[in-house]
Amino acid sequence: MGDRPAFNEMLNADGSIREPYRVLSDWLEAQPGRSLKAMSANAEAAFRRSGITFAVYGTDEATERLIPFDVIPRIIAAAEWRRLSRGIEQRVRALNAFLHDIYHGQEIIKAGRVPEKLIVQNDAFCPQMMGLEPPLGVYSHIIGVDIVRVGPDDFYVLEDNLRTPSGVSYMIEDREAMLSLVPDLFEKLKVAPVENYPENLRRTLESVAPEGTQENATLVVLTPGIHNSAYFEHSFLADQMGAHLCEGHDLFVDEGKVFMRTTRGPERVHVIYRRIDDDFLDPLTFRPDSYLGVAGLFDAYRAGNVTLVNAPGTGIADDKAVYTYVPDIIDFYLGEKPLLSNVPTYNCSNEDECAYVLDNLEELVVKEVHGSGGYGMLVGPTSTRKMRAEFARRIKARPDNYIVQPTLALSTCPTYVGKGIAPRHVDLRPFVLVGDRIRITPGGLTRVALKNGSLVVNSSQGGGTKDTWVLEDE
Amino acid sequence: MSMLGRTAANLFWLSRYIERAENMSRLLDVGYRMSLTEQRDGNGSDHLVSMLRAAEMDEEFAALDKPANAANVAHFMLFDATNPSSVLSCLKQARTNARSERTSLTTDMWESLNSTWLEFSQIRPGQVTGSRLPEVLQWIRAASQRFRGALLGTILRNEGFAFLQAGTYVERGDNTARILDVKYYVLLPRANLLGSEIDMLQWTLILRAASAHRAYRHMYRERYQAWNIADFLILRPEMPRSLNYCAQHLSRSLATLQLLHGERGPAHDDAEGLLRMLAENDMDRIFKRGLHEFLTEFIERNGRLTETLSEAYNFY
Repeated sequence: MGDRPAFNEMLNADGSIREPYRVLSDWLEAQPGRSLKAMSANAEAAFRRSGITFAVYGTDEATERLIPFDVIPRIIAAAEWRRLSRGIEQRVRALNAFLHDIYHGQEIIKAGRVPEKLIVQNDAFCPQMMGLEPPLGVYSHIIGVDIVRVGPDDFYVLEDNLRTPSGVSYMIEDREAMLSLVPDLFEKLKVAPVENYPENLRRTLESVAPEGTQENATLVVLTPGIHNSAYFEHSFLADQMGAHLCEGHDLFVDEGKVFMRTTRGPERVHVIYRRIDDDFLDPLTFRPDSYLGVAGLFDAYRAGNVTLVNAPGTGIADDKAVYTYVPDIIDFYLGEKPLLSNVPTYNCSNEDECAYVLDNLEELVVKEVHGSGGYGMLVGPTSTRKMRAEFARRIKARPDNYIVQPTLALSTCPTYVGKGIAPRHVDLRPFVLVGDRIRITPGGLTRVALKNGSLVVNSSQGGGTKDTWVLEDE
Repeated sequence: MSMLGRTAANLFWLSRYIERAENMSRLLDVGYRMSLTEQRDGNGSDHLVSMLRAAEMDEEFAALDKPANAANVAHFMLFDATNPSSVLSCLKQARTNARSERTSLTTDMWESLNSTWLEFSQIRPGQVTGSRLPEVLQWIRAASQRFRGALLGTILRNEGFAFLQAGTYVERGDNTARILDVKYYVLLPRANLLGSEIDMLQWTLILRAASAHRAYRHMYRERYQAWNIADFLILRPEMPRSLNYCAQHLSRSLATLQLLHGERGPAHDDAEGLLRMLAENDMDRIFKRGLHEFLTEFIERNGRLTETLSEAYNFY
């Protein structure tokens, strides 16, 4: 990792074109000079018109912004995808088994494979979930695994995102945009569809409806409301799968069952795809000051009268400190070797490792254990001396609040950058659905760091998105 | 699929806001035109003040303590964020409602509202003077019509449609009644049947405010007469802004809801009462009873419908 140049997904080391990109490369060559610029402008206008925006926090009035969209697709070969999806499926199965165990017998702790302290003293551990049996034993139904690539065959899982991952609407809208922008390319390449996602989401939700209600389950998406940064996605998904889009005050609990307030009076709700955090779900069980949730919801869930998707307490399995144990978790529950690697992670609570970290901050990435969205993060190679000093101080004060990893040379993809095409670093978030079976949409959301040299792909930090094309075998 | 009470409320009000924005534009257009013909003494325009009254904004405007000249009134009616019925407030609220209920709107409806809001946000209030004002007013009406076109052309005729339509007609009926009420005294029958020049001006104003001055010619084929104008805007079922037309379409929306829900409620009684009030009257009786009293009663009953609808369909 470290020093060698980033892997360019379009080019071999000798400058020749890699096979999956051959058609795209020819096509790009054949484009007249200004056509990419025109395409970008068209795409942006279309996104703005249809209101595909996210709200930015920290401004006076939550303003709506567009996530920049790059018109050059990222391409993944069929064989590469098969490998990736097998690895993802393995991970997701193991992590759901881990969650079941943690909230029941805790065999993995008894076996000494994961320290007890790491689990029961973790803020992400949800004691209210102990002994609860969710339908089909599934805890995390909707997962977005963050994956980075550093070489032709080297993929690493960066984060598992088992709580309420977002971005899937961009995956679908990006494809919509590409289909209208470059239909000729779709004629030449056989690209696996992503359009089935909403239908698959619906099936997944129905499959975990309370016993006896699967056939006629009423599904709702629970949103914090229009000021939430991902509101567009909430309404998009509800619309696409024909579910109700509800806010907390649209729902109430009566005699252990959940109802929504309709024009005809109360109507029973069976499955809630909730896009609000655990803490805010139910003021009677979790944070009492929450206005976003529904009083009594957790008891209705515990009684099996409604299914929460994802289950509360899944955060214990994607906690950054638990992350380092995922290879053990896969081994413990499945008896298999991990198909996808973890990024090597330094443990600052260990004196030797901590000393190494403090001496080498310039080359490392420091993340807060509970941080997300690229906040509270130090990227060594692009940091200033002052920032490093600040992080060294913080690590010494609370070593267990940080994980530290080598700076990965994220792969690059050709990206339109205004003056032409240049390589920019990317990651990949495939989306996984777990219900009666595991469904992985081929592709996912490719996030791209638009700033030259930047490794931070988060939309909140100036990242953009690309459509991701998984090629199908001829 | 059943509908959340919140959704029903948002759709109802979404239509009302769009209709209101259109009416504000029309009222301001007329007030502005008429003010151009007035003697100016620096204190502002009576025509603008009466339009403010028809828009139910006169007290709020007076509280600003500014002369009612074209620039001040236009800013207040178009761009004042503290004025809940300004075009800015209406369009903003309509878009917020639409964002909340995207799943109940068609793409065409949403995109028309979203583009309207984005384009309106680009307008710099300071530049909307002189010839730019009529242009902006025209744009606002066109935007409302674009939305209505998208609505009529694309949405399923289901519960949502019924609430959207109900909102439009409640708002429109209210608006027409208020225009008439502000000027009711110039419509009262008098010995002089021909009407003075001043009357003519006032009548034109009323008809224009309801976009009815050309249609009037088609209906009556004669010069403006108070009696006909009142008849046209109150009773004529052909006139899409008349009280009768609004009440009929409101009843139609409620009939749809009755069909879908399999039951009727107090809102249906109210709508029927409103309809009867118009169907069982002619101008003779209305004038005999008192035009102002009649209009007051209409406005009051029409307003109560919003409350009974809210109760019947769990608006919140």
